[in-house]
Amino acid sequence: MYSASDLKKGLKIEIDGDPCMITNFEFSKPGKGQALYRCKIKNLVTGNQFDKTYRSVEKVKRCALMSRDFTFSYIDSNNYVFSDNETYEEVLLNEELLGNLKRFIVDDMQVEILFHDDRALDITLPNFVEMEIAETEPGARGDTATNVMKPAKLINGYEINVPIFINEGDVIRLDTRTGAYSDRVSKG
Amino acid sequence: MMADSTMLRNAMMRSIRAFFFDRDFIEVETPIRLKTPCMEQHIDAEPSGDYFLRTSPEIFHTRLLAAGHERIFEMGKCFRRGEFGPLHHPEYTMLEWYRANADYMDILADTKALIQAVAGIDDLVWRQWTVSEAFLEYAEWDPVGHYDENRFDIDLVEKVEPALKKIGGPIVLIDYPVEAAALSRRKPGNSPLAERWELYIDGVEIANAYSELTDPVEQRHRFEECAEQRRVMGKAIYPIDEEFIEALETMPPSGGVALGVDRLLMLIAGASNLDAVLPFR
Repeated sequence: MYSASDLKKGLKIEIDGDPCMITNFEFSKPGKGQALYRCKIKNLVTGNQFDKTYRSVEKVKRCALMSRDFTFSYIDSNNYVFSDNETYEEVLLNEELLGNLKRFIVDDMQVEILFHDDRALDITLPNFVEMEIAETEPGARGDTATNVMKPAKLINGYEINVPIFINEGDVIRLDTRTGAYSDRVSKG
Repeated sequence: MMADSTMLRNAMMRSIRAFFFDRDFIEVETPIRLKTPCMEQHIDAEPSGDYFLRTSPEIFHTRLLAAGHERIFEMGKCFRRGEFGPLHHPEYTMLEWYRANADYMDILADTKALIQAVAGIDDLVWRQWTVSEAFLEYAEWDPVGHYDENRFDIDLVEKVEPALKKIGGPIVLIDYPVEAAALSRRKPGNSPLAERWELYIDGVEIANAYSELTDPVEQRHRFEECAEQRRVMGKAIYPIDEEFIEALETMPPSGGVALGVDRLLMLIAGASNLDAVLPFR
């Protein structure tokens, strides 16, 4: 258990069984009154944000979060299936949890999944992923400008913007943190 | 920033001293290390060897009033253990002044004149609400007669203070429930109110004033109650300062106030965090 005076920004705590994170924290002490710890808290499962004030005598439950390494296996309807690198145990993450990151998941990708007890909360992909371009307008020969962009479809069907010199069959590197084109790995 | 806040502090300290000297106050110095810090339920003193650092200079001021000094002020460092935040620093500068044969309203008149002198503004709009009025308006209950310490503190911080900040300017909350009297005198006639006010400027608590409690029996009773509350909370219990209790018997009815110099400087600097005026923090 934490004492209220241990609370700080970024600390992970458990409230009503849910893992939560303190996103903002302020020490307050009115007049001759007691110390109060005013927190903005984010529920890490639902994403809901709320305010909560702790008095100095209150205790707050610690939250044990652990991340493990997984390999992407396959898609089963709306779920992405990953297998534990050590135990080969499978874990299913739904599309909602993956959000935009699902666009960048490729076969055998190595990922890190964050758990609270047995509940998966978050996934971290490698910063860069290589993908082939399935469709795009032909680029102008010799035009290597990187600031003129055009739409392109990736082999998994998602669209991104790429520089004008990229052609179908090229393999490019994407930054999974921003979703943006990074550089060309090989020509198709 | 360091140079600016240093010059601003210098100007402010000069004008504070000039204000009091103009009004025939004397500047006093009282001990910073003491055997018996003034016991309050939620204020923790920093130990210093066999002594404690003062959390406020008030205990010795009472003795100076009892000795016949009628207008005294002191500006100096005070220390409170564990208080750190945008508006708190464990070592801070307090301005404290007392008037003999006066009460909290006389002190309020001093305070208004002082703030206007220091800020260089002579037409500040002052608002004054009773604690009841402020709580009924913003927290929808009256703590007077129905005092609940936790509810009072939390609603003050979550509802009343944000409202004071939104309205802005100086607002005086006056006449506290007697349960929150601290070292102030109860209003006559077994009133549920204590003669205490707090000044907020832009929602920041700046000063706390009392018509001083001068009844040694009542004071001892409050210290004993406070010791019991601290024991229950697992906090250190400080011995009762017998010389302070003794001084109450001979001191005249007096009004006194403690004002946070760093916070006032912060507001004058247009800042909302003490970082702006405590360059070594």
